[in-house]
Amino acid sequence: MTNKILTIKNLTKIYGDNIVFQNIDLSINEGDTVVIIGPSGTGKSTLLRCINLLTKPNGGQIWLDDEEITSKEVNEDNVRQHIGMVFQNFLLFNHLTALENVKLGLIKVKKLDKTAAEAKAFQELERVGLVDRAHHFPGQLSGGQQQRVAIARALAMDPRIMLFDEPTSALDPELIGEVLEVMRKLSLAGMTMLVVTHEMGFAREVADRIVFMEKGSIVEEGSPEDLFNRPKFQRTREFLWKITELYGKKEQEE
Amino acid sequence: MDIIRFIQYIASGTAYTLGVTFVALPSGLILGLILAIIYVYGGKIAARTLSVYSTIMRGIPPIVLLFILYFIMSGTINLSPFWAGSISLGVISSAYQMEIIRGAILSVSGGQMIAALAIGMSRLQAIRYIVLPQTLRLAIPPWSNEAAIVIKDSSLVYALGVPEILRRAQLISASTQQPFLAYTTAALIYFGLVLFTNTLLRRLENRLRIPANP
Repeated sequence: MTNKILTIKNLTKIYGDNIVFQNIDLSINEGDTVVIIGPSGTGKSTLLRCINLLTKPNGGQIWLDDEEITSKEVNEDNVRQHIGMVFQNFLLFNHLTALENVKLGLIKVKKLDKTAAEAKAFQELERVGLVDRAHHFPGQLSGGQQQRVAIARALAMDPRIMLFDEPTSALDPELIGEVLEVMRKLSLAGMTMLVVTHEMGFAREVADRIVFMEKGSIVEEGSPEDLFNRPKFQRTREFLWKITELYGKKEQEE
Repeated sequence: MDIIRFIQYIASGTAYTLGVTFVALPSGLILGLILAIIYVYGGKIAARTLSVYSTIMRGIPPIVLLFILYFIMSGTINLSPFWAGSISLGVISSAYQMEIIRGAILSVSGGQMIAALAIGMSRLQAIRYIVLPQTLRLAIPPWSNEAAIVIKDSSLVYALGVPEILRRAQLISASTQQPFLAYTTAALIYFGLVLFTNTLLRRLENRLRIPANP
């Protein structure tokens, strides 16, 4: 399990005068779940968007397995189908049913025939527990169900790694659990995952490694154990204290 | 001349009116659709050029444009008044239809495109399978307004001598000295055509509606 799936070197993103992040180094081993935490506006989401090439970084390199995906010769569409992405606001295709949402990429990108695509799509909906909602449109699903369909849609492409951009931040509190549960199972099943989230309980339980980002750089990273119990930096400690306070889990501090 | 033959004479122009509409409206739609996609996704220079195109087309009375385009076309490729008139109206309509579709594209959230790219679709695939199916649904209500305008503007080809409803009404009014009856008949036929088209498009809109779309 020491096979590196994702390697990031010196990655920098600047909008005009605004340095979103600078000189980020990060690598993720196969099967690992890495959680990025940190205050809003520290470039966590932009980092994910750079990794699947939705945003162009200003400097640095990214490798997926052994391929440098930031190189100019790379076919971006081809790279993106190997990187699953789950968005904060779900972004299901509004005019398609849950099943069609999962199926479309299999037919148009993976070029599967209709029967094979349908079978695979059902299999992915099964994984997120939504086979009975297969023929519902996004507008007929709860936020939690929409996000689970979005996860199934990304999984259907058999990605090498899954990126989650605050997947539960737009959900009502009572719907967060079902999405985290799907993610937890996915992590246990050996999927390589990079997750940006404020769900400290999830980070603590599921992450192999936690990365704390602030003001565009990585302040500290380590096992959940180390980061929560023995943070090396004052800034990490303050952030963790604030966020656990906010989420009413102060008793877990000890 | 009895009343039935009087009305029949005017009504037989309906074939030309429909003919002009069936050429102008779809050609305007196809051209407008292509231009709208280029406008939104084709970069700054394309957008600026098309914005000029749209401003000019929409800033001149259709009858004036019709004459200009007709004389250009009949001078170069020697088209009949019917075809030259229909295609001219189609070109004029393309500017309005481009604006309708462009507006609809912009109201489909940019996130839809990003989500399509994220599963590995190309931009063209994303436009074809994700953006346009939602866009065209949204465009039906404003488009039915444009359809009504094109049906009514088809009467402008009377100025080129095409024997459609208005042209016939004018002729028979002159020969029978019954202008009120002639033009009322023409008005009712146009009104019927517009009403029928709008009803059809409203049905289409309801049929294509996405269940519980936010």
